Amino acid sequence: MKFRTRAIHVGSKPDYTGAVVPPIYLSTTFVQPGPGDWGAFDYSRSGSPTRSRLQEAIADLEGAAGSLAFSSGMAATHCAMGLLPAGSHVVAGCDMYGGTYRLLHKICNRNNIEVTLVHADQANHIVDAIKPQTKMVWVESIGNPLMSVPDLQQIASITQKAGVLLAVDSTFVPPCILRPLELGADIVMHSATKYFGGHSDCLAGVLSAKTPELLQELYFIQNATGSVIGSLEAFLLHRGIKTMELRVREQSHSALRIARWLESHRSVKKVLYPGLESHPDHQRARRLMGDQFGGMVSFEVAGTIDTAKTVCKATKLFGLAVSCGAVESLIEQPATMSHASYDAQARAKAGIHDTLIRISVGLEDPEDLIADLDQALALGGGA
Amino acid sequence: MNWPLDTNKNLGFGTQSVHAGEARQKPNDAITDSICCASTFTFESTESILKYLRENQDREEYGRYGNPNEKVVERKLAALEGAEDAIVYSSGMAAVVGLLMCKLSAGDEIVFFDQCYHRSREFCVKHLSRFGVVTHQVKTGDMEAMQNAINSKTKMIVSESPTNPHLSVIDLEAFVALGKRNQVETLIDSTLATPYNLKPIDWGVDYVWHSATKYMGGHNDLLAGVICGSKEKLEPVRKLRGILGSINSPHNMYLLERGLKTFALRMERHNHNGQKIAEFLENHPRIERVYYPGLASHPSHAIAKKTMKGYGGLITFLVKDADWQATAAIIDRCKIPRIGPSLGGVESLIEQPLVMSYFDYPPEQRAGFGIHDNMIRMAVGIEDTDDLIEDLRQALEAT
Repeated sequence: MKFRTRAIHVGSKPDYTGAVVPPIYLSTTFVQPGPGDWGAFDYSRSGSPTRSRLQEAIADLEGAAGSLAFSSGMAATHCAMGLLPAGSHVVAGCDMYGGTYRLLHKICNRNNIEVTLVHADQANHIVDAIKPQTKMVWVESIGNPLMSVPDLQQIASITQKAGVLLAVDSTFVPPCILRPLELGADIVMHSATKYFGGHSDCLAGVLSAKTPELLQELYFIQNATGSVIGSLEAFLLHRGIKTMELRVREQSHSALRIARWLESHRSVKKVLYPGLESHPDHQRARRLMGDQFGGMVSFEVAGTIDTAKTVCKATKLFGLAVSCGAVESLIEQPATMSHASYDAQARAKAGIHDTLIRISVGLEDPEDLIADLDQALALGGGA
Repeated sequence: MNWPLDTNKNLGFGTQSVHAGEARQKPNDAITDSICCASTFTFESTESILKYLRENQDREEYGRYGNPNEKVVERKLAALEGAEDAIVYSSGMAAVVGLLMCKLSAGDEIVFFDQCYHRSREFCVKHLSRFGVVTHQVKTGDMEAMQNAINSKTKMIVSESPTNPHLSVIDLEAFVALGKRNQVETLIDSTLATPYNLKPIDWGVDYVWHSATKYMGGHNDLLAGVICGSKEKLEPVRKLRGILGSINSPHNMYLLERGLKTFALRMERHNHNGQKIAEFLENHPRIERVYYPGLASHPSHAIAKKTMKGYGGLITFLVKDADWQATAAIIDRCKIPRIGPSLGGVESLIEQPLVMSYFDYPPEQRAGFGIHDNMIRMAVGIEDTDDLIEDLRQALEAT
């Protein structure tokens, strides 16, 4: 069966009530058959029927041996980093979410884990950075916020040869477009708060593993550290997944249209969207993703940091907020918002300029969104 | 800044689905509405109660009269329907009962087109009759019969459009003209059409009724009903709801608001799947007849084409040379649609009206309603079109 059909039906087999939508189990503990004789569920940190159904659906959509749901994307990322022994080394793409940057440089470093940042869209930089202590390569399938597209297939062959794990943060590219495990990745992480949930109303993260062994290792860490998703969030997330393919298809179409329009706007210096022919990784993105590239678009306005601020504040439909992937369109300035947790120097080195604006295209009519950006750019004044 | 999106009719339907009716800037700057579970709402002082009463202030008082979550959904639904106002109820039936209990008194009469949801018929014939209200039924779409059934006591004429399960589409222009000529109010159950495909208010209908459980909620996980109309006509209806208590809950209202965010997308897909599957069935040798307004063979096709944007996901069809058991066997062989009542959710559902809704009726009466033994009703969801067609093909062709 195809993606959309599976998204609606896998994990929703009827229980004894016949309910089309399975019941939400809030129970924190489960009655056991006997002392030391464990039933399918014991304590909800270890697992619950509602979480299991969600994980079953996601694993099917990712083509994974199994999936684990967390209380946030960062909780999922932290669990994956839990695989790294003290003193080991990570190679990570520098076009990276600010929260991941912070986790690697300000939390993981406490275990003497060393990080080398590279431009992941140039695979030879990854080869050069791998050393004997390297345990993991971490890349985003579309980089945040500069929209670089690494060649996951090529990177997977590099990591396999080097015997290191390839973990992919695919938050910007949901599994209806791209399934990194099929391209050779070992772990895929999603901030499920974004496209999976899709309605800006549940915080969640997901890890999916290629092999049962890796899944077990991750599950051990999840259960031991406890940052699991709650049942109400699991229900909302599962509900969101049922319309994910429809939403992402529409968001991709609207985003491409908006990116093309921005490209022709005189106050816009540069548009970063893998669906544009002008994007340096466009051909690669087409090969990996087909004809959909998601709803995230970054662009640089002509002017100063204040020009970008004015534009972000002037939109009427786009909400001024971090996060992305939901039905409501959002706008933000990475330098002061999503990537403020970078050191200023690292931000400059990565190429995240003060005039950069990031938008998340929602489900509104694209004509309405273009009209909104048009009036906001006019207020920004340009240069 | 509050941007009154609900009054801006120039915005696309998708934009309105996402934003209409909501405060632009919400408490605590949240992007989505919070769920307000409070059953009662407090006043700062005695003076503030007096002010509320004297000035008829727009604020909450007690949960049975309204809650913030329910009001957001009402504003959104009114905007989508192009109506001045909307009142939400705990179910579709609660909505129509709330309206009829308000508008009809002993001695009044009401006329229905006979293809209608069997529970609305049951409510009028079995229960409104106990309060002295007389119900007439005439053949669906027969305006002359409707005219003949109207007399000086008639207060309201009612129809579904499209009807369930025969998908007959009513000529709203003629229906409204009939109502105006006779000075009776008009009510359309637009559950199967939804405002994405048809806006009866634009045609002059007085009340539009939906089971919002269906396409509006869209995920088979909440019950809700709504009546849309003018503020003036709905004011006493809202007051009566406050007394009868059939308001919906804040949790449900949050899910309904969330469901409406993808309303335009889902409807586009239901329309697409419905049309493709109806065409597949019509060309299949095991099928005797397909009822779907998007097919040229449907008696309502011309009027549907004139008035509707698309035709939704509900399809009814008859299996050739099949008794009720052979028909049931086809349903039992389907692997994707689940067997169950209801419609309009992301999951496809399938059922045999004879078994699901008319099992208690004698055969002659069933035949009178046009419910045949070999009839199947499929509520097409938003799954992949090809998957659904292949599933139906194997169910029809298995030996």
